Amino acid sequence: MEEVDVPALNGVSLDIAAGEFVAIMGHSGSGKSTLLNLLGCLDQPDSGRYVLGGQEVAGLGPDDLAGIRNRKIGFVFQNFNLLPRTTALENVELPLYYGPPIRGAARRERARSLLVRLGLGDRLMHHPGQLSGGQQQRVAIARALVNHPPLILADEPTGNLDSKSADDIMALFQELNREGITLVMVTHEPDIARYAKRTITMKDGMIV
Amino acid sequence: MNTVITMRIAMRALIRNKTRSLLTALGIIIGIAAVIAVVAVGQGASVTMQKQISSMGNNLVMIFPGSSRSGGFHGGMGTTQTLTADDGDAILRECPLVRAVSPLVRAGAQCIFRENNWATSILGVNVQYQDVRSWDIASGSFFTEADLRSASRVCVLGKTVATQLFQGDEPIGQTIRIKNMPFRVIGVMAVKGSAAWGQDQDDTIIAPWTTVRRVLQNSAFDNVNQLILSLASMEVLPQAKQEITGILRQRHRLSSGADDDFTITDMTEVTQMMTQVSRLMTLLLTVIASISLMVGGIGIMNIMLVAVSERTREIGLRLAVGARRRDILMQFLVEAVVLSGAGGLIGIAVGVSAANILAKINNWPVVISPGAVLLALGFSAGIGIFFGFYPAVRAARLNPIESLRRE
Ligand SMILES: Nc1ncnc2c1ncn2[C@@H]1O[C@H](COP(=O)(O)OP(=O)(O)OP(=O)(O)O)[C@@H](O)[C@H]1O
Ligand SMILES: [Mg+2]
Repeated sequence: MEEVDVPALNGVSLDIAAGEFVAIMGHSGSGKSTLLNLLGCLDQPDSGRYVLGGQEVAGLGPDDLAGIRNRKIGFVFQNFNLLPRTTALENVELPLYYGPPIRGAARRERARSLLVRLGLGDRLMHHPGQLSGGQQQRVAIARALVNHPPLILADEPTGNLDSKSADDIMALFQELNREGITLVMVTHEPDIARYAKRTITMKDGMIV
Repeated sequence: MNTVITMRIAMRALIRNKTRSLLTALGIIIGIAAVIAVVAVGQGASVTMQKQISSMGNNLVMIFPGSSRSGGFHGGMGTTQTLTADDGDAILRECPLVRAVSPLVRAGAQCIFRENNWATSILGVNVQYQDVRSWDIASGSFFTEADLRSASRVCVLGKTVATQLFQGDEPIGQTIRIKNMPFRVIGVMAVKGSAAWGQDQDDTIIAPWTTVRRVLQNSAFDNVNQLILSLASMEVLPQAKQEITGILRQRHRLSSGADDDFTITDMTEVTQMMTQVSRLMTLLLTVIASISLMVGGIGIMNIMLVAVSERTREIGLRLAVGARRRDILMQFLVEAVVLSGAGGLIGIAVGVSAANILAKINNWPVVISPGAVLLALGFSAGIGIFFGFYPAVRAARLNPIESLRRE
């Protein structure tokens, strides 16, 4: 079988300013996740440019990209992606292991204060399996915030949550956005997209 | 990411799958245990062997009456009565390569001191015997030339006999009965230990050979069971053998065509045979150990590949939050090394216990060299690195997006 190149994204030109809260909508397979992965430096475009905070990203090696992901970007996933059989506290600490050296006590304190702020002060030692979906997503958000990144990327962050938890998460996102964090979020639900300041719709790898 | 944290992550991952980790480490455990035990046993055995051989005496040569050639292999050895104590004196006098000579007359006898009874062997020797065997006296004194000339009824006890007959009392000056004849105890020999063939060398009584021959064996002839002599060095052995043969042939008036009526033997054959056996054992066990370590290493590689595939999502997540490839590589490499290193530690413990048990059974000293232990530990860690490298590289090469998407 011959491999056929299928461009997942084609001719996308997008500017997102610091402090924006953008929702990306579109049908399944329209390229939303692909775009978000590019924004998150998890993937490199075959051609084209991507400038993040004034830095040209296209052409950087995997370790440089890892550094950018660690310092500048926080990820929130639909399925939370927490380490199983690991406490909430340690899950939140995870990005700190890969950043500049930090003492154990300071590391734990940073993770703890974030969890307290997100209302999980009494769940520090719980494993993901002992937490509700909403709580797990808040642990994941704490993990995304722990390195104080300027940009948070979320791929269907409420896809696995009930509407009450989803609204809570969106309220949290709005609060973070008010504090100056740039948010880009993929969603299928117009109700969720309404929390964003701006909505982009994609179709067949293009922005419409 | 610092090594302490990497170690902790590795430990936790291994403890999470306790049974699996233990089974995986089993190959390493067996291999390292075998190596440690082999080295310990081998060294213990060789130390014992050297001690036993040197306990025989320095550069020892033995001469038996009878030909080794007549009537097949060693057939005539010890059967004829041609060797005398005078032959020994002549050898010492005429061959400068010989340092000391003693005749040996053996008799078995029941010995009695008060109500204590002990059956042992009586060795009839001369005053040079101590020198030939390099055997010190522990207390009292050895007999003298005068005792030898007058065939006096004096004896020196081996440690075992002294213990059996006197049970802690002072033996020197006491009179024991050998074959119902009174003998005065004038000394006790130092502990000699067991001979290479396991016989207790301290279970003996030493007396002037003249006394043994005339009094215990009631014989008027001067022939002896054996001459035992010590050479100046082992290098002169071939030359000494030749000279001794010449002296004895002349003294025994053998015509040039006749066979020797005596046999000269030395310890080199015994030593060579024992070294060969122990070398073979070591080789065999080394092969077994290497195969086991090899299999253990492959087991580690296999289980690490499984771990990488099981934890693909975890790897994807770590990459997403900023782990570099070398962080992932190190994580899995350290895990493999911790696994094989722990296997090595357990293996060392098992090997040391096995060596101790073997040493106890065989009555060897336990010789566990720190060098061998360190080497084993280093080797097991090396196996972890070697066999853990490929799985770790596979983990580090994973693509973050694809890994995160894996169920
Ligand atoms: N690894 C891949 N190899 C080949 N094609 C891919 C790969 N990943 C994505 N695609 C294709 O790229 C296109 C965009 O996929 P993407 O995952 O971005 O869609 P999406 O908009 O996120 O859809 P959904 O809403 O279902 O998550 C799809 O046509 C998909 O088949
Ligand atoms: Mg998607």
